[in-house]
Amino acid sequence: MSIRNTLLLAFCMTGTMLATTIAVANVQPPVTATNAVTEVKTVQAPTKISSATDSKQNKKSVSTADHSKFDELQKDFKSGPEVTTACLECHTEAAKQVHKTKHWTWEYINPATKQKLGKKNVINNFCTSVTSNQTFCSACHVGYGWADDNFDFTKEENVDCVVCHDTTGKYKKLPGLSGHPNYESMEWPPHSGKFREATDLTNIAQSVGKTSRKTCGSCHFYGGGGNAVKHGDLDSSLVNPKHYLDVHMETEGLDFSCAKCHLSDSHEVSGSRYAPTAVDTDGVLMRGKADGRNPTTCQACHGDTPHKAEHPKLNEHTDKIACQTCHIPEYARGPLATKMSWDWSTAGTLDENGHRKQVKGSDGRTLYDSKKGDFTYDRYVIPEYVWFNGDIKYTLFGDKVDGEDLVKINEFLGTPGAPDSRIWPVKTFRGKQPYDVGNQTLAIFHTAGKDDSAFWGNYDWDKAIKWGMEAAGADYSGEFKFVETEMSWPITHMVAPKEDALTCKQCHKKEGRLEGVEGVYIPGRDANPWIYKIGLLIALLTLIGVAIHGGIRVYMHKRGE
Amino acid sequence: MAKRIYIFKRFERFWHWSQALLIIFMMITGFEVHGLYTLFGFESAVGFHTTAAWALITLWIFAIFWHFTTGEWKQYIPTLNKVDAMMKYYLTGIFTHAEHPFRQSTLTKHNPLQRLAYLGVKLLINPLIWFTGFLYLFYSSWNAWGIGWLSLEWVATLHVIGAFMMLVFFIAHVYLATAGHTATSHIKAMITGWEEVD
Repeated sequence: MSIRNTLLLAFCMTGTMLATTIAVANVQPPVTATNAVTEVKTVQAPTKISSATDSKQNKKSVSTADHSKFDELQKDFKSGPEVTTACLECHTEAAKQVHKTKHWTWEYINPATKQKLGKKNVINNFCTSVTSNQTFCSACHVGYGWADDNFDFTKEENVDCVVCHDTTGKYKKLPGLSGHPNYESMEWPPHSGKFREATDLTNIAQSVGKTSRKTCGSCHFYGGGGNAVKHGDLDSSLVNPKHYLDVHMETEGLDFSCAKCHLSDSHEVSGSRYAPTAVDTDGVLMRGKADGRNPTTCQACHGDTPHKAEHPKLNEHTDKIACQTCHIPEYARGPLATKMSWDWSTAGTLDENGHRKQVKGSDGRTLYDSKKGDFTYDRYVIPEYVWFNGDIKYTLFGDKVDGEDLVKINEFLGTPGAPDSRIWPVKTFRGKQPYDVGNQTLAIFHTAGKDDSAFWGNYDWDKAIKWGMEAAGADYSGEFKFVETEMSWPITHMVAPKEDALTCKQCHKKEGRLEGVEGVYIPGRDANPWIYKIGLLIALLTLIGVAIHGGIRVYMHKRGE
Repeated sequence: MAKRIYIFKRFERFWHWSQALLIIFMMITGFEVHGLYTLFGFESAVGFHTTAAWALITLWIFAIFWHFTTGEWKQYIPTLNKVDAMMKYYLTGIFTHAEHPFRQSTLTKHNPLQRLAYLGVKLLINPLIWFTGFLYLFYSSWNAWGIGWLSLEWVATLHVIGAFMMLVFFIAHVYLATAGHTATSHIKAMITGWEEVD
């Protein structure tokens, strides 16, 4: 309600003040229909490309090119690089562009901290490290053939175009194949007795199109080694989400692709986990006014004061809290649980026959695996909340780890209450993993490979760490122990419908969501304990005083009668 | 037989009672916002409190206008004359039905203690609550007004101090309303305008 309206209203209220008060405060904003409903739908004849997509084809934009008609693609492709070579005949600059991106280099220098990050350099607390494990990890590399340090990052045909541009849903890079899909029929998952057909590269190449939730998700939903494992706000339930799960990506609603927010230019995809934009006060990002701003923020579309006038106080929160804090009240709100902890220290225990042990919960989730250790999972997880200014400091290989203190693999920096920081929801993943006692660093170890040192197969920590450390160019001291670690991710996907956003009371009370978050005065949570106690005491004494005074008056009066 | 005089005019009585209701309501909602209890729910309490605040401000604007146009503001000019007698009366005389040291009239309708107390409310408690409440309400404009350095915690704390002062005043005021010629004469006067005097 604007001040003018309120004043006007207040003037009218002098007569029936209280009654009106209650009535006005109960006025609810009208429910507005979603834009999607009124959107004009263009119907066109199904083409080969869109027939591969789901029933929403009448809403999808359609390419002006039908790749199935291209001469360059009328081939029996035998390998990924062959497909890429064909792509590059027309898209001459595409591979050069991809070569410059994090998707290709797996390297990122944080301009603020100068730390050398990227998947290639960071040690996490899931499978921990890419080094020495490339044949497996590179299943999510946008390239073919990264098996070891000899991989040629300059070869254009090594770029994997179709992993992002596939529309058939039948293209899959398998761990262990160094970024290749299976070109021949192959047992998958291993020892399952099931077989994956040879990848039909020709069909896939002739069906390429825009990226989709499915293609981006083929890696980003499976981070940490499985569906929903790592992020908690990204999993395969977002391929076809309902309204309650994600208001933007809802298939029957706005149906955003990832790229709708993560606008790309020259194959450089915007948005970053390494250098997120924590504060954005520049308002709506107009076309033509790029200014190098990050277009993925909520504010880039909604501005910094998006709440309607019926709720004037809500906009006053944006100077302290990120949009996500209220609008993503929980993460992992889909059918899938996200992994919450991973204890490597219990890995390697075999059954009585010396075989790998796997313990599964009633829901089928692995609770223990000899290869990996103990896991815990959770759904509808309440995030942790931190002050965040966009800078993240990592504990990298070589950074001192003494084993005494918990290691923050990454630390969200920010100053409580400062204008450059906001309160953000994060998923914090906790675990135990090996560190090299002599070198005082987090250990790099060799997990997967058909050799005598890979931990997944030999269950020998010393061998696995020795191999991994050597691959990283370091000498293993010969002694390792396990150290507790913590790693966090900002929660920013799975934006809930506004009806499901946090209510006032969830923070504006003692022991609410933001309990323990300093640097902000929250009415209802924060009360000066002295003022409160002294105030109530004086009020109480006054009450007692008048009670005694009144009592004496009554008594004297009665005696006088 | 007691004499009756017309003390409180119609607007004054309307002002008093609507202000009373608003202040009681604002104390109830305000202390809820402060986290002392849950009654309406935080969001509703904030909404009620804000709306009531605007209503009270409007009422005050009318009341201030009324005080100046009628000259009634002079009722609050402080005096120490007979303050000691009033204190003594409340401490002893009132119990023994001693004669009230103050005689009400239409020109001096408040006893010297009332004058001081009401002046305190008007010059200290109300401005404190009003000013801090106004800042509270316009929190998002602080930067634009060049007062971004202000701490919400301080503003809120001063607002709460004002609220507790109002609560104490309220308790004492309600009780002393029974300390007239008879236990109900002040209250009747505030309703009908007519006060019984000796």
